[in-house]
Amino acid sequence: MRSKSFLRCSWLMSAAAVVALSLSARAQLSTVQQQEWLNSPAATSHIGNITGNAKAAAPVYRRYCVGCHGELGDGNGEVAQWLQPPMYPKPRDFQLGIFKCRSTPTGTLPTDQDLFDTIARGLDRSSMPIWNTFTKDERADLVAWIKHFSPRWQNEKAGTPIQIPPEPEITPERVKAGQEVFGRVQCWKCHGVQGMANGPSASTLTDDLGAPIWPYNFTDGSRPKCGNTDRDLYKIFMTGLDGTPMPSFVDNIKPDEAWDLVFYLRTLQPHNAFNAKERQIAKQLGLKPVSPQ
Amino acid sequence: MKKTQYSKFAAILSMLVLVGLGALCLNQTVSAAAEGSIAGTVKFSGTAPHMRGIDMSKDPYCVKQHENSPVNLENIVVGSDGGLQNVVLYISDGLTGNEATAVPSTQPTFDQKGCQYIPHVLAMDADQKFQVISSDQTTHNIHPLPNAMTGNIPWNKSQPPGAPPIVTSWKTPEMISVKCNIHPWMHGYFAVVKGPYATSDKSGAYTIHGVPPGSYTVTAWQEELGTQTAKVTVAAGKPGSADFTFKGK
Repeated sequence: MRSKSFLRCSWLMSAAAVVALSLSARAQLSTVQQQEWLNSPAATSHIGNITGNAKAAAPVYRRYCVGCHGELGDGNGEVAQWLQPPMYPKPRDFQLGIFKCRSTPTGTLPTDQDLFDTIARGLDRSSMPIWNTFTKDERADLVAWIKHFSPRWQNEKAGTPIQIPPEPEITPERVKAGQEVFGRVQCWKCHGVQGMANGPSASTLTDDLGAPIWPYNFTDGSRPKCGNTDRDLYKIFMTGLDGTPMPSFVDNIKPDEAWDLVFYLRTLQPHNAFNAKERQIAKQLGLKPVSPQ
Repeated sequence: MKKTQYSKFAAILSMLVLVGLGALCLNQTVSAAAEGSIAGTVKFSGTAPHMRGIDMSKDPYCVKQHENSPVNLENIVVGSDGGLQNVVLYISDGLTGNEATAVPSTQPTFDQKGCQYIPHVLAMDADQKFQVISSDQTTHNIHPLPNAMTGNIPWNKSQPPGAPPIVTSWKTPEMISVKCNIHPWMHGYFAVVKGPYATSDKSGAYTIHGVPPGSYTVTAWQEELGTQTAKVTVAAGKPGSADFTFKGK
């Protein structure tokens, strides 16, 4: 009897020890902890067969990134004060580990590949340029470096990327179905019935830090924040853009419907090579904007 | 040299902790039947602040839900007898045994109804499952904003009409602000605490159940008025009692 309860007790004790250890790893990282992390084999990134090394990125970061993102990665570089949202969004605070452009569910860390892609793509309508001037190795190194600013990378793994089924053939039925999804989940509340970023809630939106932010205007020829391929659009509304008002719809839009919605969203963008088919179908169908109920 | 000293120190420290825990375990009484409670009332003194009416005109659906009964903000809700509603009461010090770590199996519900959060403040235990539902025929997005440095991670999910419930939990005690970006007036809290808790009702009354005999510090948290604490003793068969009064400005 006694030994049984003692066994249970020791189990509890070891659990408590584990909890105590993990607690000590939380909160903001000290400089010493950051150095330890940088020296550890974990301070790497893996993109395909490229391995990025955090330490190698230090000079590149200090030369090209520090002005906005800051020495501490908190988004408080010396020029950050001149960036006024919503026209110029504030630089990302890497300490929080919250990123807009992810292939992973809302509330999880992005994959190395996600960060790698964001650096090269830049963020449209912001001060983050297209950094395709870096070599792939430099970008991979920067990804590893970015991760050393937040304790989250030490306590959590990146989320599991959402499953994206292969893109189906576009049909008029699919464009129509996509418009129904647009109406049903009420994208127009912010983006407007014609995608002009003038929905009833558009003017009151703020990001997680309380700064004003605009919804994406499909009609002004700009690129969506997290890329303009069909797969990018799919990811944007299924995973949400964390840190912004854009939520994840993955629980409420089925994968097949999601492709329909992608096709419909394409009809809202101005004529271009990438959406010629969608716009032609919309014209043939004589699609009218959804009605706000 | 320094490193070995550090690890020695850590080893001794963890030994001490484990020995202490072991002692606690052996002393533990098997029966948890002598569960007591802490009860009391939370009052507001002074003139209750004016709560602005909510303009829901951005969404006709929301307006329609309140055609005959306009609604006000719920930052400070004072009843007719001065009772202060939506105050979260929890034990901030003195819990030692199972009741500190046990997680209730009940699943509290946070409803989006009439473009308001019901309840405005939802208290829960860390790691306790809770659900977010929508009774509305309009799309909401549910966007909790914890401090990502505490171990709770912000997320943002949409709930269009007929959406399935979101069932989740929080890791760490924290008063988490939650909002809907589509309806900017919608603002509430997930009050995540450790151990037994209660929320004050319309009359300001509360009862924290499942508190074994002992001496405790009870903390009362109100989203705008801050926190107050009181020392409470619970004896076998005799519930503890603590009343709080928050002063208006």
